[in-house]
Amino acid sequence: MADSVTQCEVAVIGAGPAGLSAAVQLGEMGVDTIVLDEKPAAGGQLFKQIHKFFGSERHMAGMRGFEIGRLLLERCENLDIPVRLNCPVWALYPDKTLGTTWQGQSAAIAAKQVIVATGAAENALSFPGWTLPGVMGAGAAQTLVNYHRVRPGERALVVGAGNVGLIVAYQLLQAGIEVVAIAEAMHTVGGYMVHASKIRRMGVPFAMNHTVVSAEGAGRVERCTIAAIDESFNLREGTEKTFDVDLVCIAVGLSPAVELCAAMGMEMTHVGELGGRIPLHDSVLNTSIDGVYVAGDVSGVEEASSAMEEGRLAAVSALTALGRISRPQSDEMKSEIARSLAQLRRGPFGMTVASRKEDVCRRYEEQCLKIV
Amino acid sequence: MLENRLKYMVEPGVPDLGKLRAEGLYPSEERMAAGPVAVLECMQQIPCNPCEQACPHGFIRIGDDITEMPRLDPACTGCGLCVPSCPGLCIFILNGSYSETEATVTMPYELLPLPREGEAVDALDRQGGRVCAGRVVKLRALGAAELCRSLTVAIPKKFVHDVRHIRRPASG
Repeated sequence: MADSVTQCEVAVIGAGPAGLSAAVQLGEMGVDTIVLDEKPAAGGQLFKQIHKFFGSERHMAGMRGFEIGRLLLERCENLDIPVRLNCPVWALYPDKTLGTTWQGQSAAIAAKQVIVATGAAENALSFPGWTLPGVMGAGAAQTLVNYHRVRPGERALVVGAGNVGLIVAYQLLQAGIEVVAIAEAMHTVGGYMVHASKIRRMGVPFAMNHTVVSAEGAGRVERCTIAAIDESFNLREGTEKTFDVDLVCIAVGLSPAVELCAAMGMEMTHVGELGGRIPLHDSVLNTSIDGVYVAGDVSGVEEASSAMEEGRLAAVSALTALGRISRPQSDEMKSEIARSLAQLRRGPFGMTVASRKEDVCRRYEEQCLKIV
Repeated sequence: MLENRLKYMVEPGVPDLGKLRAEGLYPSEERMAAGPVAVLECMQQIPCNPCEQACPHGFIRIGDDITEMPRLDPACTGCGLCVPSCPGLCIFILNGSYSETEATVTMPYELLPLPREGEAVDALDRQGGRVCAGRVVKLRALGAAELCRSLTVAIPKKFVHDVRHIRRPASG
């Protein structure tokens, strides 16, 4: 049905920090942009982030996630950028036509350029009892307490001491939930030490080199057992410890939400440190499909601050392809964003991301650039 | 119970005071004696610099590489503007000469309900252990939009390097 096809210059899939930042950048240049998100509310994970972000002033450091979310949405509104919510994108074709569901009907969108900013999803951990109500992703618990203002339990065990586990543990405490311990399979805290310090001084113990054995309960979780593991991740017998808890929060990493990219046949690669399977991309976020870009966690799991920069970068690449900015203008904007990204990707945490991203770019050049 | 839980646990998230001192990241005894001063218990190279901008005197230096650890100029006045600026909640103001017998520690505080000024609280160390009794002497917010409170607790002088959090006894 030709009359149901919406035309636009750029379609942005995902209204999280990367997608909204891309849309703002495009809107400011007067590009006809549309943002699509399957959720009933925009902002991605920003509105459940009640903590202050790191970074520098340019990265909106010191602002809380929900404040950044408000700011980005306000900018989209001022620029009259349509944000379609409850609008899942279920197909993306190489001619840059999108298949979506919008207001209960199929709706096609024909775009000249597409930015995929679909984010990431929490990893699950399976163990006996993992399907009991009360066992949930840490992000889900965070949404419940910070967004819906519902306490999912009274006493919690958090599994995973990366930044998500540490931050969620603190926010559970802020919501008045007791956190009995954080169990972590590795021997070191994966997240920032300052996040660990906040909960440590509130008395939360860390069980390093520990994993979940099982969760038990009648109809919902009532107890959870953890045990120590050796270097080969084998359980050490006799080290089991059982906590009476009604909430178990799993924070064992995120995986890029690459379904659309994979389904449209993008060249993919696997990088463990970036969350797993990701689309191959270059340093300005081109993918193997001409005119389709990736930005944010879908291109490798990082922080919201880098996702926002990547959103801008993908937008600049799209602007360049559309001929809306000159080559020198494009180069200047790209190098400014690259500098800002490099700032975030320094130090012992950022370094790994920086070098893995370089690997991905190299692989992109090898596999996607055909020498004519 | 807590002892039992900790039996096979290490201590991540607890700054090593000796290391901070050795690296010059902790105020000296002479500086402590000279009045209130900030202590930045920021132990890792993470990309973050709001404290640098928060200091009106430019006494906190990080530089262009924002993953560098902050360096504090001993000329710090202990004004406390940096305390709520830190996304990692790791900046404290120590005043070793609050009174003849007491010192104060000003800490970032993000828990509700807020204690009242004058309230008696438990003063906790970096591991959440109770150190001593404390008294909330000041609770302030830097501006209406600032959700992080700066809470000042008075404690016996000798615990100024240990106390980093409080617990309201009534709230359990």
